[in-house]
Amino acid sequence: MNNITATKRTKRRYLSERLFKGSAIFALSLAASFLIFFFYTMISQGLSAFSQAEILVDVHYNESSKKSYKKAIAKEHRSIVSRGWTRTLPLYMEAHPEVMGTTTSEWVTATADVDQYLKGKPNRLKSKDKRKVDALQKEGKIKLAFNTNFFTRGDSKMAELAGIKSAVIGSIYVLIVTILIALPIGVMTAVYLEEFAPDNRTTQMIEVNINNLAAIPSILFGLLGLAIFINFFGVPRSSALVGGLTLALMTLPVIIITTRAALRAVPHSIREAAYGLGASKWQAVFHHVLPLALPGILTGSIIGLAQAMGETAPLLIVGMMAYIPDSPGSFTEAATVLPAQIFTWAGESIRAYEERTAAAILVLLSILLSMNSLAIWLRKRFETRW
Amino acid sequence: MNIFDSIFYFCISLLPVAAIAAWMIRGRVHAQFRDTHWRSLPAHYGWYIFICMILPSSVLFLLVSTLHLLTLYSASGATLLSAAFLLTLWGGWYGFKNINPDLCAREFVESVIRYLLISAAFISILTTIGIVLAIIFEAIHFFKIVSFWEFITGTHWAPDDATSGNTSGMFGSIPIFAGTFMITIIAMLVAVPIGILSAVFMSEYASERVRNTAKPALEILAGIPTVVYGFFAAITVSPLVVKFADSVGLQADYTNALTPGIVMGIMIIPFISSLSDDVIRAVPRALRDGSLALGTTISETVKYIVLPAALPGIIAAILLGVSRALGETMIVVMAAGLRPNLTWNPLEGMTTVTVRIVDALTGDQAFDSPETLSAFGLGLVLLVITLLLNVVSIYVTRRFRSQYE
Repeated sequence: MNNITATKRTKRRYLSERLFKGSAIFALSLAASFLIFFFYTMISQGLSAFSQAEILVDVHYNESSKKSYKKAIAKEHRSIVSRGWTRTLPLYMEAHPEVMGTTTSEWVTATADVDQYLKGKPNRLKSKDKRKVDALQKEGKIKLAFNTNFFTRGDSKMAELAGIKSAVIGSIYVLIVTILIALPIGVMTAVYLEEFAPDNRTTQMIEVNINNLAAIPSILFGLLGLAIFINFFGVPRSSALVGGLTLALMTLPVIIITTRAALRAVPHSIREAAYGLGASKWQAVFHHVLPLALPGILTGSIIGLAQAMGETAPLLIVGMMAYIPDSPGSFTEAATVLPAQIFTWAGESIRAYEERTAAAILVLLSILLSMNSLAIWLRKRFETRW
Repeated sequence: MNIFDSIFYFCISLLPVAAIAAWMIRGRVHAQFRDTHWRSLPAHYGWYIFICMILPSSVLFLLVSTLHLLTLYSASGATLLSAAFLLTLWGGWYGFKNINPDLCAREFVESVIRYLLISAAFISILTTIGIVLAIIFEAIHFFKIVSFWEFITGTHWAPDDATSGNTSGMFGSIPIFAGTFMITIIAMLVAVPIGILSAVFMSEYASERVRNTAKPALEILAGIPTVVYGFFAAITVSPLVVKFADSVGLQADYTNALTPGIVMGIMIIPFISSLSDDVIRAVPRALRDGSLALGTTISETVKYIVLPAALPGIIAAILLGVSRALGETMIVVMAAGLRPNLTWNPLEGMTTVTVRIVDALTGDQAFDSPETLSAFGLGLVLLVITLLLNVVSIYVTRRFRSQYE
């Protein structure tokens, strides 16, 4: 009798054990399937934007098409060839007078609607144009080619010509400002706090401060950038400079915290050996501790910079979501960054921008993932285990 | 030539001169190093000269550009550059005169470096003070126009209707905070169970190999930029939610609160799982062994021994997750609504604090319009809440640490 209830209870306990383990596995696989689902949707949406419809047409280079660029192309093709492309023809003829009076057949960019139609996506192509495209397809005069415009052009109001070049260059400018400010200040602060600072109230206050700074939502750094850098110091709005400054302040705590961890990992015996040979404190730190901590510092900084590169919210506040078709030429010109470009494209109502947004996301994700893998590789390659 | 040009010209003309001078001094000392007893190494004398030449003019530049930015005083670039030139010459002459074997060049150089490091450390304090002051200063402007009491108790938010003369009843922030908390709660309902259970699985059940693949894979989720999550929420998840609600006979907006909540929850999973994993692994092995020796199953050990022991750390992780969810911007900007809406139904559109901040500051209003200033009022509340959450979580973690170390 007693035995039976005992077995029953054991059974129940084993059942609950299995249930618990099952739910734990379920939770982890749920998280993993989110990840897989996420990458699946991004890749399936974005991949098609790397190809772009092109049409083989005769382009007439002559005086009348120089005056009115529409005339460069036969009338029947005008509605399916990108107007953004034909518009550049007069300038091209200006620069290359030797082509005047000739007619060449070229592969030219089609409109976004033709592109979407060929890819079987929702579009607003007129049925008349659809028939034209079908006929051209039979003759082999229309194809999906690699989308070079996406990498060599800036933003455009015409989806077929919109690219990420100006955003990538803006991102690089912003990243340069961030590195130049956050890296030296962050490493110097960490070295001071870890190696030189006396354990007093001021030091503790700085430490609490850094922890708090790391927890402040990024959007509030945008408010800081707007109120202090733009309104108080007069840094030009939406420039790479103000964006970089704002992101630098945001990245600072990450760099300080990881650098301190790297410095702390260097064993004390190294410092004592240096002191024993007559090195001063600074010499011990600069000649021995810092080089040994360098892999850790680099890893942490790269991770912090990757975070800064994907950040959008504070940059929207300082005005970096403007329409920027041309690449910025200096740090004070209006610029946009890759995440902000993704944000503006995501808000476009034309469907052709949707796949471009996903493609830009793929580019951004591959940059960030390679930065993070570089950081992990650096750590694995150069880290010393004490 | 303005002040900043003159700094640039200074850098390209006088910095190399100082570097060459430093190099020459180093060489001179090096040549005599064997014959006389010098107190420092040759390089220290070189750095000594360099600092003597650069420091005075750097201080001058810093002073003048600060005064210029505060619009208290302004000098022309040419005057400034010639003053810097004279200072550099004087510094070089002064340093050169002082160089002799008894000069403690190393001590001087190291103390200058020390001050440099200290000033770098103070920048982090300046940043915090800057954020707090910038937000408080503008928030004060806002609360001069709108009464604080009305701001925190009003239930109607319509900044578009507000003019600088009439703002009463237009700036009640309760619907905004209700939306923020609703989305945060949904996010935590997704992230907390999944995060903690994943952490339990990784630390208690999984083999080393599974753990070594699962942990970095989860951390990929943390590395995805929020704007990407926003796009994912708006384009993929939102239609799914609407379709699902339709199939069970419910009406859902495309800007419903459920979508950003779920996606934000996915984003927060890795924070909670990796922080909880750390604290669960910090629970001493002996506690587990004692429990298992009494014949408990693993799940009973986890439920009655490990989790209660790790509870403070897990609470700290959850609090950090909450503060991230409250301050998260891009997901809600792209997937949640703009319209303040006071409701219990997560399928309706709602707005959050961060959405209103972005909306108020990216429009084309004048900077001193009540709507723009309201962003700073909301920002102030957000700042206070996140700082409080952070302080509490630091306090809880500290107590947890002292328990087992």
